[in-house]
Amino acid sequence: MKKYVLKRAAISVITVFVILFLLFMLLNLMPGSPFNNQEKLSPEQIQQMKEFYGLDKPVLQRFFIYLWNMLHGDFGVSYNIQVNMPISDMVFSRLGVTLAIGLQAGILGTLIGLMLGIVAALHRRTVWDSLTTVISVLGVSLPSFVFALLLSYFLGFKYRLFPLLYNSAMPLVSTVLPTIALSMFTIASVARYTRTEMISVMASDYMMLAESKGLPRTKLIVSHVLRNTMISVITVLVPLLVNLMTGSLVVEKAFSVPGLGSLYITAIQSNDYNVVLAISFIYSVMFIAAMLLVDILYGIIDPRIRLAKE
Amino acid sequence: MDDSKFCLCTKEHTEEAEKEYANNSYAKEALYHFVANKGAVISVFVIVIIILLAIIAPILSPYSYKDVQSQFSNLPPRIPGLEQLGVFNGCRDGVNVYAQKSALNQYHFFGTDNLGRDIWTRVWCGTRISLLIAGAAVLIDVFIGVIYGLVSGYFGGKTDIIMQRITEVLSSLPQLVIVTLMLVVMKPGLTNIIIALMITGWINMSRIVRAQVLKYKNQEFVLAARTLGVSNRGIIFKEILPNTLGQIIITFMFSIPNAIFLEAFLAFVGLGVPAPIASLGSMINDGYKSAMTYPYMVMAPVVVLALLMLGFNLFSDGLRDAIDPQMKQT
Repeated sequence: MKKYVLKRAAISVITVFVILFLLFMLLNLMPGSPFNNQEKLSPEQIQQMKEFYGLDKPVLQRFFIYLWNMLHGDFGVSYNIQVNMPISDMVFSRLGVTLAIGLQAGILGTLIGLMLGIVAALHRRTVWDSLTTVISVLGVSLPSFVFALLLSYFLGFKYRLFPLLYNSAMPLVSTVLPTIALSMFTIASVARYTRTEMISVMASDYMMLAESKGLPRTKLIVSHVLRNTMISVITVLVPLLVNLMTGSLVVEKAFSVPGLGSLYITAIQSNDYNVVLAISFIYSVMFIAAMLLVDILYGIIDPRIRLAKE
Repeated sequence: MDDSKFCLCTKEHTEEAEKEYANNSYAKEALYHFVANKGAVISVFVIVIIILLAIIAPILSPYSYKDVQSQFSNLPPRIPGLEQLGVFNGCRDGVNVYAQKSALNQYHFFGTDNLGRDIWTRVWCGTRISLLIAGAAVLIDVFIGVIYGLVSGYFGGKTDIIMQRITEVLSSLPQLVIVTLMLVVMKPGLTNIIIALMITGWINMSRIVRAQVLKYKNQEFVLAARTLGVSNRGIIFKEILPNTLGQIIITFMFSIPNAIFLEAFLAFVGLGVPAPIASLGSMINDGYKSAMTYPYMVMAPVVVLALLMLGFNLFSDGLRDAIDPQMKQT
């Protein structure tokens, strides 16, 4: 197990560096300059600014300087959004609300999805089953801004139950609508997979054996069906996590949440490369960390996979 | 045994048995399964209607997608015939806005936007663009992904290891990040959006094809072909590829709604096609700003997008169940 975890972790760390290198090169080798009022500057001023930001050095050297600074928590400064503001400050002041909404949506989505899936699988061909199917088809097919729109129009605008836009005076209530909008896809996919997986587990031979040796139904479901179902549910959690990230951009924009996603959008629109680079990198790291976590969880739950990958 | 439980075998019975155990061709069987799936059949109609409207509606419409008529801005939907019933009659808060702006001779089925452009025309032009982007990106994905998967799986060994490392690194970048970065670097435009979408889109396809190749390449028919002296290229394209077609089609169909969604997502974060070109995503982005005051502006593109995504998803589900009953979700 230890060897497996170490190997997975080492691969992840290498991937992180490769990705940072790729992102850095991509953004640095492109034409144009990070300064938005270039025409008004004299060549000497441009030279001076380049020296000030360390842009006069060769790209490779800049990459290692960047890497070194980053390992010390310094992501450089913003060029356009808030000039010379350290990006680490900008990012960390916004990370909290994004993580809060993401976690809430992830947990809510997984719990409701599991519940719906289990109920549907245990009561096949009933109203509950059809309801789950409808919810999962809708949730998987409709983009999160559709839900955001519906929620903000009905619950926020018409009935005024929740604030229409994010209000920093009441942070918890403000995250209710974004959380629901974001969790729809998770609910739908988890429900769908749980249902399918549970049904196929319940039809398997070892279930027949467990049943014929006289296990009570509750124990049968809890210790045999659910446990085996969890394996495949965990595999779909990675794509779901990616969706939470994509969704957070959309949802944050829709509800004007001052989070990482809306900062990313602002940075994209104002061509603030350093901020784009930093946030892209943070997203990638979160993504890779999640994949690593799933790989490790997988190894714990199902030893066959661990042995195959060792 | 009670005699009444038995009866003589009649022609009807034999016909029924023959029908049930008939040796139908694969295609016939798949079609039969597909038609039996109500959701899938409805989705085909929805997709066909949307595509037809996207082709025909802008041609028949008296307005163009970029005609700015600022004097007729923010008009609510008005449809001839339906307006007598009290819906889509061009009224807002009980006042006929068309009469107010002396535009009673005009009918804007979905209303007009804040620049006075006809939303009906724009929605169908936008659908064209969205479908075009999705279609082009997915076709290129199939081409790259299939060949990559075939080569990687068939040749194995070092080739496979190197090719798999490349996909591993690429796939550990979230697709969203790659696509946004590419567009930040290249500036949004029709071609650039397609290029950005296809940069990572092919990975999934290549994995599925590779897995299929690994399954088939050691089977007897491949060995037979090799013994007969068929070249590698012949084996790959004539022996293995036809066997993987089912999977390729399914993956292809599932990636269409994904590409449509990504395009809409990009437009929503401000990296969509540049104005005045409309895509469903950019119209949703525009309409969102005034969604609370003029909900119809965002409703039309959202509904079309939702129907399109639902349609393609249900269609792909049905197709998968029909083509590959083993993968059928119970």
